[in-house]
Amino acid sequence: MALPKYTETRYRIWHYFYLFICTCVFFFLIAPLFVIFPLSFNAEEFLVFSDGMKRLDPDAFSLRWYKDMIYGTKNPWGLATKNSFIIATFATIGSVILGTVAALGLSSRHMPYKGIIMATLISPMIVPLIISGVAIFFFMAKAGLAATHTGIILAHIVLGTPFVVITVTATLSGFDHSVTRAASSLGSDPVNTFMKITLPLILPGVISGGLFAFVTSFDEVVVVLFLAGLDNTTIPIQMWTGLREQLSPTILAVATCLIVLSTLILVTAELLRRRSERIRGISR
Amino acid sequence: MSSETKQILTTDGIPLEVSLKKAEKKNKIKAFLLVAPLLLFLIITYIFPIGEMLFRSVDDRMVTNMLPKTFQAMEKWDGKELPPEEVFEAFYLDYKFLVEKKTFGKLATQLNYEKNGFKSILKKLQRKMKKFEQGNYKEQIMNVHKRWANVEYWRAIKRRAPDITYSKYLKAMDMYENEDGKISQVSEDRRVHRILWLRTLEIAFFVTILCFLMAYPIAHLLATLPMKYSNLLMICVLLPFWTSLLVRTASWMILLQQQGIVNDFFVWIGLVGEENRPEMMYNKTGTYVAMTQILLPFMVLPLYSVMKTISPSLMRAGKSLGGTPFVAFWKVYFPLTIPGIGAGCLLVFILAIGYYITPALVGGASGTLISNQIAFHMKSTLDWSFASAMGLMLLTGVLVIYWIYNKLVGVDNIKLG
Repeated sequence: MALPKYTETRYRIWHYFYLFICTCVFFFLIAPLFVIFPLSFNAEEFLVFSDGMKRLDPDAFSLRWYKDMIYGTKNPWGLATKNSFIIATFATIGSVILGTVAALGLSSRHMPYKGIIMATLISPMIVPLIISGVAIFFFMAKAGLAATHTGIILAHIVLGTPFVVITVTATLSGFDHSVTRAASSLGSDPVNTFMKITLPLILPGVISGGLFAFVTSFDEVVVVLFLAGLDNTTIPIQMWTGLREQLSPTILAVATCLIVLSTLILVTAELLRRRSERIRGISR
Repeated sequence: MSSETKQILTTDGIPLEVSLKKAEKKNKIKAFLLVAPLLLFLIITYIFPIGEMLFRSVDDRMVTNMLPKTFQAMEKWDGKELPPEEVFEAFYLDYKFLVEKKTFGKLATQLNYEKNGFKSILKKLQRKMKKFEQGNYKEQIMNVHKRWANVEYWRAIKRRAPDITYSKYLKAMDMYENEDGKISQVSEDRRVHRILWLRTLEIAFFVTILCFLMAYPIAHLLATLPMKYSNLLMICVLLPFWTSLLVRTASWMILLQQQGIVNDFFVWIGLVGEENRPEMMYNKTGTYVAMTQILLPFMVLPLYSVMKTISPSLMRAGKSLGGTPFVAFWKVYFPLTIPGIGAGCLLVFILAIGYYITPALVGGASGTLISNQIAFHMKSTLDWSFASAMGLMLLTGVLVIYWIYNKLVGVDNIKLG
């Protein structure tokens, strides 16, 4: 965005002002995340930068809170991590299967009442989580599934499918249906066509929808707060409890791990998106 | 030669039109069957329970079922003066039955929602009732506590007679139905819910505006920079988007605390003195700052996807036709971005209006929203019907915006990442 040579001074000033504003906004967006990193290595118990840290004194840094996270007494994080992964994995599988199949139907031009059905399928993403939480809690309590893994997984499938539906229908919008017709004309049955032709082509969309579903389940706290019992505690619940009671550096150690995880997921999602766009011939 | 067209037949001898219709119908059913599992799943686990919330919010059969004889006896009572002996006797019998079944506590809770002060007098009645003699229950009950001789309490019981009630909705708007059945407002110092509704709207509105003001320049920068720079900067938008909400809230809790970095910075540049560091957390400021940062990506992404499609030559054309850059921007570029603005603002507003976690953690007492009140009644007071009523009121608002969003943007145009 280099300015042409003939730009008048006032526009030049305006341009630099604009760049300054943008820098500030980017800083506002990303900087808070980076506060967590150094403080999680704090040797002291306080959540402020100690004088030693400001002088970059090596003694002021330690892995103490990471040790506490893993080996600490009465440590809730082990169980929480296990539960979070189990719940998120099954919720992702459920969301991906239900969502992909539904997206296939929705992308068909024969689909009746497309608008209203799409709006219904997307609604769990729009409706405030607290309302979803209350409604799902009433259902699970009645079905006897409150405070069970199954109940939480089912709830997370509800919350995760909209993402899969959106990403897969977006992928299917550029899908060339003549390839499936070609497969059928060559004698393939619909299931075989789907597995061998359609699925490999829409796979990037399916996986990125799955990633959204996974992250949704992994980060979800409102609905779990209503549903979880002591055995179903998850990472977000532990963080929520910790943040409400006392902000200890152990939470920052966990938060750092979560940021690393989300970075990995972001990179995967970006690579998939680019690949999907390349396949569909949309390049930016 | 006749001019009428001959019907085209398929190889099976069926008219083509009929055959086509049959095939279309088959395709329709096929497409629908693919959607059916998810739709059914959502209807059972989600849509139907939301409907149940509606039922729960107006359902009032609990008290009706607990005091069947009383309400029957009350039918003849006009509610002007103290009820006759039959009502007292019926109430005594109903209550005695509840005490025997040990479910009288529920009645106390329910009646206390209607009028404060029921809990203690019902407890007292339960203790004294053991020594009651046969007959003349009116006097005996009235002797237990002077409130039992107050006609207002009996009217409060009578108000709970119908099977359905909309009192929870009135309560959510700080109104109530008084003795004559007129709807009036609660006294000024007890109007808590109206403040919360207004605050929710206010915070959602200003967060949307703030997000828009911050997102517009950076979306523009992302859309006009060359790919290799914009991809890198896009990560600044996407990383917070993918990071756990709790992690981002935690980072704001660290930044905004009194000994936190933001306050350190203010002291360092001399904006505030060391002694009077401002409280930036556990109040509205905290809610505003954290929510704006958390919802910003939801504004940037729709704006970016619209701006990406605007050709840069349009701005050049505007300028070459004699407009200054500002005029060209205002008359050419800005109108083209309005769809993105609409999509982003509606999305952020919808998300902000139902926010729960962040206000609960950084909002304190003055920065909490209606969602927090719903959670409070779900978890602490256990007044689920009131929580349902407030939830449905919030839901109605959200659905109206969702409907507008659907008309303007279309749900299938929601972009993710």
